[in-house]
Amino acid sequence: MTNAYKIIDHTYDVVIVGAGGAGLRATLGMAAQGLSTACITKVFPTRSHTVAAQGGMSASLGNMGDDHWNWHMYDTIKGSDWLGDQDAIEYMCREAVPAVIELEHFGVPFSRTEEGKIYQRPFGGMTTNFGEGTAERTCAAADRTGHAILHTLYQQSIKHHAEFYIEHFAIDLIMVDGECKGVISLDLATGELHRYQAHMVVLATGGCGRTYFSATSAHTCTGDGNAMVLRAGLPLQDMEFVQFHPTGIYGAGVLITEGVRGEGGYLTNNEGERFMERYAPNAKDLASRDVVSRSMTMEINGGRGVGPDNDHCFLNLMHLGNDVIEKRLPGISESARIFAGVDVNKEPIPVLPTVHYNMGGIPTNYHGEVVTLKDGDPDTVVPGLMAIGEAACVSVHGANRLGSNSLLDIVVFGRAAALRAAELIKPGSAHKPLTEEDSAPILEHLDRIRSAKGSTGTAQIRDNMQRTMQKHAAVFRTGESLEEGLVKMRDIVDSFDDVRVDDPNLIWNTDLVETLELENLLCQAQTIIYGANNRTESRGAHARDDFEERNDDTWMKHTLAWTDEKANVSIDYRPVHMYTLTDECEVIPPKTRVY
Amino acid sequence: MAEFRLPANSIVGKGKHYPAPEGATNTRTVKIYRYDPDSGKNPRIDSYDIDMDSCGPMVLDAIIKIKNEMDATLTFRRSCREGICGSCAMNIDGSNTLACTMALADIDGDITIYPLPHQAIIKDLVSDLTHFYAQYASVEPWLKSDSPAPPDRERLQTPEDREKLDGAYECILCACCSTSCPSYWWNSDRYLGPAALLASYRWLADTRDDATGERLDDLEDPFKLYRCHTIMNCAQVCPKGLNPAKAIAETKKMLVERRG
Repeated sequence: MTNAYKIIDHTYDVVIVGAGGAGLRATLGMAAQGLSTACITKVFPTRSHTVAAQGGMSASLGNMGDDHWNWHMYDTIKGSDWLGDQDAIEYMCREAVPAVIELEHFGVPFSRTEEGKIYQRPFGGMTTNFGEGTAERTCAAADRTGHAILHTLYQQSIKHHAEFYIEHFAIDLIMVDGECKGVISLDLATGELHRYQAHMVVLATGGCGRTYFSATSAHTCTGDGNAMVLRAGLPLQDMEFVQFHPTGIYGAGVLITEGVRGEGGYLTNNEGERFMERYAPNAKDLASRDVVSRSMTMEINGGRGVGPDNDHCFLNLMHLGNDVIEKRLPGISESARIFAGVDVNKEPIPVLPTVHYNMGGIPTNYHGEVVTLKDGDPDTVVPGLMAIGEAACVSVHGANRLGSNSLLDIVVFGRAAALRAAELIKPGSAHKPLTEEDSAPILEHLDRIRSAKGSTGTAQIRDNMQRTMQKHAAVFRTGESLEEGLVKMRDIVDSFDDVRVDDPNLIWNTDLVETLELENLLCQAQTIIYGANNRTESRGAHARDDFEERNDDTWMKHTLAWTDEKANVSIDYRPVHMYTLTDECEVIPPKTRVY
Repeated sequence: MAEFRLPANSIVGKGKHYPAPEGATNTRTVKIYRYDPDSGKNPRIDSYDIDMDSCGPMVLDAIIKIKNEMDATLTFRRSCREGICGSCAMNIDGSNTLACTMALADIDGDITIYPLPHQAIIKDLVSDLTHFYAQYASVEPWLKSDSPAPPDRERLQTPEDREKLDGAYECILCACCSTSCPSYWWNSDRYLGPAALLASYRWLADTRDDATGERLDDLEDPFKLYRCHTIMNCAQVCPKGLNPAKAIAETKKMLVERRG
């Protein structure tokens, strides 16, 4: 059966899977250092979801006032609710400054200050002087920063003649004796399979927002790399930490940037009250995202939501004036008009906390190398495999990511991966030949899905999963509801044995691709809900009604989750790195998190 | 007598009709171009009666609903569903646009959906954009600077100079403009089309870029640039409200001014 597929073989020094910001930064960095580099991507690079990032990228340039990377580091650690690894956070915040300057040199069309410097705006949780003032740290290109960065990185990649395999769906990693040797992809246009052998495979496949019903994430955010790692017998880390962005457009789920609040916008309830003043007296609407999302949910649950069903909140920016809206927030004005029918100059935008980002992912060190817990060593490097961007859990975001730290994360760690690969790999060095058995299980698996003739359509199972996750692993969680969700998810995972693929062809078979993506989502959903039930404390984005306090004695540790073929989850832990890389900063010990 | 033959697959036949689910009272018909390369058959128009009471507001919602509930083989590109990735460009109700930002309520009568015009079709609504992307790359759309950038800080650019990029950098490469341009239909082998020319202008307008002369040299060609006849379909259809025709006119003006 598997002989039916035509396989085209390639060898490269490095293969990157994914062409969002992280994947492209790694691709161009590796290509520029003389490594033979291929980038495999299921969508044309500029269609990756980085393009939808709006507000900006944090870096302590200090263009608008005093700033220091030490302060940025403190904010990120506090934002992470002390689950972030402090060595990695130090690396990211220190490297932020050269990273953003490099982007400007690449040609990113940043907005400008009167002096001609990069414009920076306030963002949630970003402070000066270790929590005292409000920092203006988020470098912005109007409210289209992700678009500006992604297009520029793609342009740099073509300048460096990087090789792309576009509209190729990566199916699985080729693993031999615990080492990653390559990856297999399906070329959508021809239906042919490609087998890439590489000294290093870099997963830059993004998050899995589509495990949920309502997400700001694109349809393509299915965390394919995460699922490949699970199938390779490796764990995912901290998957229970799912960020709900406070301001998704009610109904459509489309993102409205935190930059709106950075520019002076604020949230109100049905009494017209600026309720964030009660929940976060200092930071108010610029508290970190988990805090704002919880506050909104409490307002709604308290009967103070707006709309006929009192089930959402208002985001007000009418008072900002035409000039600010036109210059700084043109994109969201367009989104609000199209998706909410609102003229932001005259009316508030109806908003609701919406699934936005996975703090969890593939555990790595700050070089981007994938690590696992093996023989008691929690930092065992998996040879041949890296992960960067939202797919990875370095962990710089811990239990809650600060807004504008993700565009930073992708650029810094995309670059770090390229630097590390150049240290580890001699360009053009020989590959040990692969055997047919190395990829046989992957082809058999593909064939099984492709010929699936069950009675349940892919969309039906996906809908069941998304609704279950939305209901049982939401902003607030309880043991009872999570248990119920686990039982439902078990049935839904099992129902995948009865999945049906209707399209029999190989050319551009999106029925097949969506089914493979669904399979990928199911095992990740399991790690999320299982991890959430397992973690009996509240930390960052994981808020348990039955365990309201953070419990550092028991839970200041990373969850590791493995799945078996039936997507049953087993759990172990890695310690949080409570140390820094240099003596230019100090470890920030845990304390109560107040905004 | 000369014999004429139409190109392969240019006759579009009548396809299958999918009735609305039982009990649906508020229905609309969506007619969609279908082409299955594996079958060897000519394209066809399938029609789907959808239940509007359980359908989202946008055309993309309708075609996802069809794929989920009526016909899983329907094939189209989509990703962000908020008008920023440019994947779901198609010809809807006779005009190129993004399915995700086109409201069903803004279309009268049946909803007719074709792939982007004058591109080779891979399958259903998926057209082959290889040439479009190659033209984009051909204008070398990256910053070219003779002077080294300052090592520890950004290049400076005044807000006024930065403003010159507004309307030029926001392109999402959806190809709505180029594939709506009659001049591009005839001469896309040599005419770069509005999207690539807008990408070129984005760098011509950037005060940080030093390659203006080189870029203009490259465009001074009877076809690459001058096949724009200001038909303005590009500006008419751009789902981001950009005006590539104006960028092309500015480029022509720069060429005239340089001649002195």
